[in-house]
Amino acid sequence: MELKDALIQYSLRIADSSLILGQRMAEWCSNGPTLEEDIALSNISLDLFGQSRMLLSYAADLKGNDESEDTLAFHRNEREYFNCLITELPNGHFGDTIVRNFFFDAYCYHLYNALKESKDETLAAFGEKSLKEVTYHLRHNSEWIIRLANGTEESINKIKQSVIDIWPYTGDMFAMDEVDELLIEKSIAIDLNTIKSKWNNTIKEVFERANLEVPSIDVYMQTGSLKGIHTEHLGHMLGEMQYIPRAYPNMEW
Amino acid sequence: MREEDNILSILNSIPDPEIPAISIVELGVVKNISLENSLLTITITPTYSGCPAVDRFVADIKERLTEEGYNNIDIKFQYSPAWTTDWISDEAKKKLRAYGIAPPVNGTADKGSLFSGGPKVVNCPQCNSENTTLVSQFGSTACKAFYTCDDCKEPFDYFKCI
Ligand SMILES: [Zn+2]
Repeated sequence: MELKDALIQYSLRIADSSLILGQRMAEWCSNGPTLEEDIALSNISLDLFGQSRMLLSYAADLKGNDESEDTLAFHRNEREYFNCLITELPNGHFGDTIVRNFFFDAYCYHLYNALKESKDETLAAFGEKSLKEVTYHLRHNSEWIIRLANGTEESINKIKQSVIDIWPYTGDMFAMDEVDELLIEKSIAIDLNTIKSKWNNTIKEVFERANLEVPSIDVYMQTGSLKGIHTEHLGHMLGEMQYIPRAYPNMEW
Repeated sequence: MREEDNILSILNSIPDPEIPAISIVELGVVKNISLENSLLTITITPTYSGCPAVDRFVADIKERLTEEGYNNIDIKFQYSPAWTTDWISDEAKKKLRAYGIAPPVNGTADKGSLFSGGPKVVNCPQCNSENTTLVSQFGSTACKAFYTCDDCKEPFDYFKCI
């Protein structure tokens, strides 16, 4: 594998996760449980789109030809998307969204913190910029986990169920292949094994405050995102997200 | 006056699209101005990566400079070092407060662990009371948090630190 191809693939994985979660968060716009929360969820969506654009345009530049951030976002099918499976899971109820985002934000927090030191300038700049935003997202989700898990009988039961439902999708975030190997050797990519223990500590810290049990790591974990194999949910989401650019090709507004 | 200084003062007349009380220069998003041959390159850095005002920055900069006779303009983005609220000038902070937005409290940017982040005291921009409560980390725009004053009871935006 060429270094350039590995770099494109690595950038797409990170960009796709931000894009797909951003799209999920946009679905909350006007549906939030309170006005303040609606604004918060939409703001998080905007941050994620911005982060995604940075690396989609980087991947497009590396690919050359006529690729752009827009062609990458709107003209790829689900098998060509490499986002972590957890980011495409449906929003469910508010607690499901909070748990899903908490697991993913804690991962991004540690990954971007490490990525600041990447030998690749664009990835390092991305890490530095995005970390500031993700820190706010993580704090927001952590506070909600603690609140919901210390709330009413209903909220406690719901959040416990959310943790059980979403946990099997966390393993996929740490999967690595030859792309990672090649780039880790060049000090460009981050060894996700080093992120995993930090991630575990953050989950433990917040769950202790929330009186929640961290599920066993031995459960069966869903995987596939590295090869573009997804849950059934991604195709439906892309159908909606890509509808206008596909129905009206090259339209500008 | 160097021509770059002149260009800087032109840019300083462009208001921030979301907070017109301060200019884009005072906000700290203009990082570099370079004029080579006839090509004018302006380097800007976004406040938040998804800030919807960024496209407006670009359009406004092009429009103002074209009016001033510059036709060959290139606008570049720079993400590192990442924009921080520490780059907002003291003068601009006074303008923010006068406009009704509590300015970022110095030195709280990007520090603190998961739960100890954020400033201890944010003064109400209306009555200057220290008796204020954070309502939401996410306010009317990406760069602001939402507070309420427990004395004058007014809600207000706080320009949060990053
Ligand atoms: Zn007040």
